[in-house]
Amino acid sequence: MERDDIIEYSLDAHHSEEAGRQIRRKIWLVTLFLAVVTTVEVALGAYWKEWMPESWHLVKWTFVVLTLVKATYIVMTFMHLGDERRNIRAIILLPYALFILYLVFIAIFESNYVHQLWIRFL
Amino acid sequence: MAGDASKALSNDVLWGGGRSPFSISYGKMMMWFFLVSDALTFGGLLTAYGFVRHSTTEVWPIGEEVFRALPFLHGSYPLIYVALMTAILIFSSVTMVLAVEAGHRMDKKGVIKWLFLTVLGGAFFVGSQAWEWSHFIHGGGGYITTNTGEKYWVHNDTHDTHDPANAPGFHLVKADPAHYLIPAEGTPDLDHAASLKLWNERANYVNGANMTENEYGPTQYANFFFFITGFHGFHVFSGVVINLIVLIMVIRGVMHRRGHYEMVEKVGLYWHFVDLVWVFVFTFFYLL
Repeated sequence: MERDDIIEYSLDAHHSEEAGRQIRRKIWLVTLFLAVVTTVEVALGAYWKEWMPESWHLVKWTFVVLTLVKATYIVMTFMHLGDERRNIRAIILLPYALFILYLVFIAIFESNYVHQLWIRFL
Repeated sequence: MAGDASKALSNDVLWGGGRSPFSISYGKMMMWFFLVSDALTFGGLLTAYGFVRHSTTEVWPIGEEVFRALPFLHGSYPLIYVALMTAILIFSSVTMVLAVEAGHRMDKKGVIKWLFLTVLGGAFFVGSQAWEWSHFIHGGGGYITTNTGEKYWVHNDTHDTHDPANAPGFHLVKADPAHYLIPAEGTPDLDHAASLKLWNERANYVNGANMTENEYGPTQYANFFFFITGFHGFHVFSGVVINLIVLIMVIRGVMHRRGHYEMVEKVGLYWHFVDLVWVFVFTFFYLL
């Protein structure tokens, strides 16, 4: 019987010079975007606290959001997950998202509780 | 396009759906599965870090106060070196995706050029990591604790940590008890005589970092630093080695004879993943 898993899909992934030019353009645009986001993050980390110390928690959430934006671009463009079939995207992203969200939820709630105890006894 | 495989397949193979459900090669799919499990490991580590960091907010050190040195330079450059390392790793991710793109055009020269730059960037990152570790372990001067539990930072002109009291410019500065890295407010530097008296009566002298104590904060801070950046650094190191092996294979024309450069794509997935993890380590360990 023929097997699906030994088909050379990679042979179908070849593209022309013209398509290559467009792909390269996209790659460089994403690179520029990632560089700008990283620079903004470092600048916020280094200077925001001096300018506006009372809104520090806001910066933290900004960091988390910017990181997720960066991660999305890396996974979807650099790792070409955006070009894969929806099925493969789902079996990679959904289980991970499900598990990690649960873990983060537990960690935030439990650490809040531990923090309260910590303040009380120290 | 990819997926509509060039030859007819029996319906059994296609799970009765008329076309391949994933249209991805076995190797790429397994690489993705490996990356998901590896991402769970890193996710677990960073969540554990977040848990401890969040439950001990008061004494936990802040990234830009710990990591603010540059090689060959004095002065304070908060997070600049880590940002530079991040930029290098992201850039080597870019060169890798360009190598994959060149592979899709069967452009052997292009693949060699970009893959070589990727290996170079990865090697530079591992070297920077080694410098960062060395700087972290040696520390900036350390502190002493007195019998009454007060902390004093140790300063001298030559950054001598073996015999600091006899080094020129030796003096102590009272540390903020709650915040390890910042001097207590309104306390001037102690003069030499007072410093020497406290030094001779010290209960403990902590400088740099090891697995049981460190000058930056709680013990677990250094332990998490060593474990998370070390585990990531080992990934980068193995990535560099794998990239180098694939580069040699490309140069020898193995991929060209095979008719496709999918191996570059597969190690590329691993390499992007390493970059991706660093983006998260950078945010959660250094920035937050």
